[in-house]
Amino acid sequence: MISAPDVVAFTKEEEFEDELCSEPPLPEEYSVPLFPFAGPGANPWSKVASSKFTRDFILISEFSEQVGPQPLLTIPDDAKVSGTFDLNYFSLRIMSVDYQASFVGHPPGCAYPKLNFVEDSKVVLGDSKEGAFAYVHHLTLYDLEARGFVRPFCMAYISADEHKIMQQFQELSAEFSKASECLKTGNRKAFASELEKKLKDLDYTRTVLHNETEIQKKSNDKGYYTTQAIEKANELASVEKSIIEHQDLLKQIRSYPYRRLKDSDFHPYEPECGLDQAHVSCDQDLTTSDLAEPGEMHLYAHVPSYTPKLIKAKSAKCFDKKLKTLEELCDIYFFTQTLDQLHHIERTFRGDVCYLLTNQISRALLKQQSLTNFLFEDASLLDEKAPEKPYRGCQRFSQDAVNRKCLEESPAPRVVISLGSYKSSVECVPIKMEQEIEDSQEPKMTESITFEHQENLDYLDADIKGSISSGESIEVLGTEKSASVLTKSESQASLPISPSPQVGRSKVGSRRTVSEDSIEVLSTCPSESLIPEDFKASYPSAINEEPYADDEEGGLRFSPKLNLDNADEQEGSSKQENLLQVDSACCIGKESPTFLEPLPDLGQKHCDEDGVVSIPPQPYRPAEQGLHGTFAGYHSHDSVSGGLLPYELDPRYLAGSRDVSKTSLDECSDSTSYISSAASTCSDRTPSPAHPVIPVNERHKKKAGQNALRFIRQYPFAHPAIYSLLSGRTLIVLGEDEAIVKKLVTALSIFVPNCGVFAKPVKHWVTSPLHIVDFQKWKLIGLQRMVSPAGVNMLHALSRYSRYISILDADSKTLRCPLYKGTLVSRLADHRTQIKRGSTYYMHVQSILTQLCSKAFLFTFCHHLHLPISERESEESVVSRRMNFLKIHLGLVNEDIKIVQYLAELLKLQYIQEPGQGVNPLLRFDYVPSFLYKI
Amino acid sequence: KSSVQTIGEEQIQNPYTELLVLKGHQDIVRFLVQIDDCRFASAGDDGIIFLWNAQTGEKLFELHGHAHKITAIAPFYSSDASGENNQLILTASADRTVIVWDCSSGKQIQKVSCFHSTVKCLTVLQRLDVWLSGGSDLCVWNRKLDLLCKTSHLTDAGISALVELPKNCVVAAVGKELIIFRLIDRPEGWNVLEVKRLVDHQDNILSLVSVNDLTFVTGSHVGELIVWDALDWTKQASECKFWDSSLHTDAQPEIKLSQSPNETSVQHLTSDEECVFAAVGKGIYVYSLQMKRVIACQKTAHDSSVLHIAKLPNRQLISCSEDGSVRIWELREKQQLPAEPVPTGFFNMWGFGRANKQANQAAKKTQENTTMYFLELVGDLIGHSSAVQMFLYFGELGLATCSADHLVILWKDGERESRLRSVTLFQKLAQNGGSQLKF
Repeated sequence: MISAPDVVAFTKEEEFEDELCSEPPLPEEYSVPLFPFAGPGANPWSKVASSKFTRDFILISEFSEQVGPQPLLTIPDDAKVSGTFDLNYFSLRIMSVDYQASFVGHPPGCAYPKLNFVEDSKVVLGDSKEGAFAYVHHLTLYDLEARGFVRPFCMAYISADEHKIMQQFQELSAEFSKASECLKTGNRKAFASELEKKLKDLDYTRTVLHNETEIQKKSNDKGYYTTQAIEKANELASVEKSIIEHQDLLKQIRSYPYRRLKDSDFHPYEPECGLDQAHVSCDQDLTTSDLAEPGEMHLYAHVPSYTPKLIKAKSAKCFDKKLKTLEELCDIYFFTQTLDQLHHIERTFRGDVCYLLTNQISRALLKQQSLTNFLFEDASLLDEKAPEKPYRGCQRFSQDAVNRKCLEESPAPRVVISLGSYKSSVECVPIKMEQEIEDSQEPKMTESITFEHQENLDYLDADIKGSISSGESIEVLGTEKSASVLTKSESQASLPISPSPQVGRSKVGSRRTVSEDSIEVLSTCPSESLIPEDFKASYPSAINEEPYADDEEGGLRFSPKLNLDNADEQEGSSKQENLLQVDSACCIGKESPTFLEPLPDLGQKHCDEDGVVSIPPQPYRPAEQGLHGTFAGYHSHDSVSGGLLPYELDPRYLAGSRDVSKTSLDECSDSTSYISSAASTCSDRTPSPAHPVIPVNERHKKKAGQNALRFIRQYPFAHPAIYSLLSGRTLIVLGEDEAIVKKLVTALSIFVPNCGVFAKPVKHWVTSPLHIVDFQKWKLIGLQRMVSPAGVNMLHALSRYSRYISILDADSKTLRCPLYKGTLVSRLADHRTQIKRGSTYYMHVQSILTQLCSKAFLFTFCHHLHLPISERESEESVVSRRMNFLKIHLGLVNEDIKIVQYLAELLKLQYIQEPGQGVNPLLRFDYVPSFLYKI
Repeated sequence: KSSVQTIGEEQIQNPYTELLVLKGHQDIVRFLVQIDDCRFASAGDDGIIFLWNAQTGEKLFELHGHAHKITAIAPFYSSDASGENNQLILTASADRTVIVWDCSSGKQIQKVSCFHSTVKCLTVLQRLDVWLSGGSDLCVWNRKLDLLCKTSHLTDAGISALVELPKNCVVAAVGKELIIFRLIDRPEGWNVLEVKRLVDHQDNILSLVSVNDLTFVTGSHVGELIVWDALDWTKQASECKFWDSSLHTDAQPEIKLSQSPNETSVQHLTSDEECVFAAVGKGIYVYSLQMKRVIACQKTAHDSSVLHIAKLPNRQLISCSEDGSVRIWELREKQQLPAEPVPTGFFNMWGFGRANKQANQAAKKTQENTTMYFLELVGDLIGHSSAVQMFLYFGELGLATCSADHLVILWKDGERESRLRSVTLFQKLAQNGGSQLKF
């Protein structure tokens, strides 16, 4: 069954390696990752090397109980994106690897169906035949009409670049978790209201039946019960039972641990006013307090418009009815929020992985420069700090690191099992087992095991999720880390794999298989779960939960010992629950043992902190050789790369600029931006409808850079203009044509230092006369020139305030501003620059400005430059020391000093600003003469 | 109009290189009053009083209580029996009330609303621990806001200015007249008596200022400036139509007369021990008490009427005007030796052409006088878009100006502020233990 691992796609790899081996190998840490599809003459930057889709996209699929796996929607919703890629096929693939054990059922010993709140599972899988790699996020939504009340869904991020998926796993996981959380929240809401309606129906039905029975009783004078009467009575009883069951479900869904949301400090999807949340919790209160009351009218008080229907005794066959769509399953607000989030994900992860990585690295570095980074960096980048911290993902990441460390110490050999044994073990699990297990004496222990494992899953979800395809091309993907120890030779590949020392991630292999008929996912179990004992041991954990009624938090209770040990981790995983199977009104789950899924028993922890049962590492099984061959072949280039992906950026960057070096300036703006977008980020292609206001996005940077390039080439007086901006003198761009003025403002905005952590002090277009307050607030203003009397006023104001401003007249192409004789700006804005592309120039500017920032930082924070060394030292000597420092140590010439002084002043203001206390914006100025520059 | 002196963009002597715009008022801001070393209050036509920190520009309090525009404001430094100093301010409004505010809490302490007319001036007599309100009559109040005594109805127009004189006397400007009142603190109660009326002015008295214990000065709408003896209330000197070149050929030969009353009204007076500085029309005049004549002037110091002037300790003079600008002048004493003609180039550099010519010609004609003075423009502050009503000089803390454009602007010495920020920064660094920095 594992007989056909997919190796075909990687045959080229071997030739390539041979070539490579002939050259003296670079030290691992300097090597550049090779393009996986590289061939002679191939453009390494064409993304579509072997995939059938043009760019990354997000696919949402469902495992429909009626038709099996089916794709629901893609983001972006554009047929061109997925191209010839077979979405149906891929849906089948991704839905068949669901790790989630979504059990819903009658827990033995519990009279009622029981809902469980299942943690999502996150899997990486690849289909090299299709050239597609995917991060797959499985989740279940509740649907009253569905079998077991659950509908399995998955969201997949599909990319042609495997590295991207692997390297961005954490980020993808975090982002998709947000989306999933949102979707599930909306679903719970919809499910609850669904239940309420159903309860009304049932209540109504009961009344009707009751009346009928009464009538029959009255008319019954024969002294014995007719079959009719008995039938009615039975029907009534079943309705009663159904009511109780549904009430129970409603209580369960409402007892969902919202606490978890609160803990995580992450509420991106609460409706603006918080109404909804309040509503929900309000409902909760209502229901809990009103449950004791006999009249249930209260419960439904807020859906008064609903007219109850009579429920037929026998519901329709489930294949006859139409299942709800995803949209119907979820509260509309949350649904749109989810879509927004998915669009956001799609945008975030667009582009080449090295680009993403470089971005992440520079972002991480920027965060360390907390004192100066506000000056020239995007406010949007810095803002991310805030939400990121409290988010669970981060926490998890750090815990992950701890775990990793821990696991590194006792490296776990990769556990590999044969599908055969696996499958048979599944098949031979008798359904009756539940009952036996229920009586077993070790509930606590087993529970903790499961918990541990799930926790493992939770924290190690960045790790390998292997899957074995049944004769098709789904393959197991290891992380790049695991692969890096895999050597190229096949023989070595057959050795047990242990985590490589230079990487932190532990290897917890979890296997999954797809059965031929692809109806149901078999398991998410690692090997040990195949062992019947383990299976037994772990399985009952789900049923050993205390009844939810006693569980105020609605979550699982863990043994106290565990709680102590995992105090922190529990936060993240306390919602780990397992669904139990429920006999729903219309579904067939009970009769079909095939639908019984083994419990998730994922991951394996070798360093068990609390001494609960640990599962010994499984020995390597030779049956996996073929598969490992795939691994080795596939990941071989990883071992060369050493994960230095960011360097990939350089060649592209150079090549890109060479490409367009011949285009004329005027063409530049468009053609290059197109090229660059094609080469890198694609950000130009789709406008983002969901988040229209992104302060400084890629596109803006590119545009600004391009306009700035044009500006410095067209205007010989670009230097004094830029100097004005850098030294904090407001520059007014005056013109009649709004487009021209705005273009200039955009161009110049990249030189404007921020005055705080807010957006840039740039005003693109003003039509009213300016006041002193404007110069205080804005450092770059686009101003409309008018011919009307108002225009005269405005010009009057300009000449009046001329000492505070520089005026760039876009119509007559003149500039009135102070003289600049420094050298700094000429490096920043050399009109003979070879840089051709906007984004490149933007980066060039950023790098010089960063240099400038460091100078300003030094200047600001050198004590003796500002304060006397001894008591007796005069102010003059401090001043001269200061000037010496600026001139000699920082190498600043003439007006450059003023730039650094201005930046230093901004740094000071930012630093001494008391948090929470708004600081009056200052206007600093000099009494210096201005000059008029003409072209 | 072209005669207005201008100064170039390069103003080496102008220390104000930083400004803070204090927003809050919704109408013309007319009054600024200093409360202590670092606080001041602003008030105006919106009836709101703001208290500001002069160093940081922080808005300390916003005092609401008046329904109409503020007509007078005065600080009231009173110390309790307990010796506790509490800073109070009195504000009078067109709603015919006077409110006493506590500056440390921003609370309204008391409100008096028994006035028959708008109180147009408030004077605190610290020595007697009473304060006077002047409207259509003159009332005397103690600190607890008990009405001690009042005069009969004086005039509908009301008292426009009120100044304390020695020997428990006050002088009130009522229309064209000056009325001297004496306050009598008898055991049976306070009384206020009209002592004398001075009727020398030809037109409404616009400004009244006390120079020292012996002298006070008044200025009228038609440009009369009279120096009075504060003890016997006699006229010591008068400068009637002192802008008239025919009367002052020696000092101001070139000044052309512009006889429109607005051009000649004495808007504001201030003085130091030696001189009285008068804002007359668009010009500024320096009148020497000793020489009893104008020793320096700037006939067109601003584009329109000068509203307020003040003398700084360092021989500098600041004026503000309806044209929205504030100008800093320096009173220069020129030893005029015939052998050393002033190089005109020097003055031209400062854009000082006309004044320079005046000075030179004046110098030639007054060679017998060994000294002469002139006002040199050393800087101007442009920020307000409308008439600058008043300003308040805070020494090294800076200068606060208020204007009809609803703004208060705090002008600061940029160098000093930068140094202070450095000090604060290193203090904060020390507090944080440098932990935030990863050097």
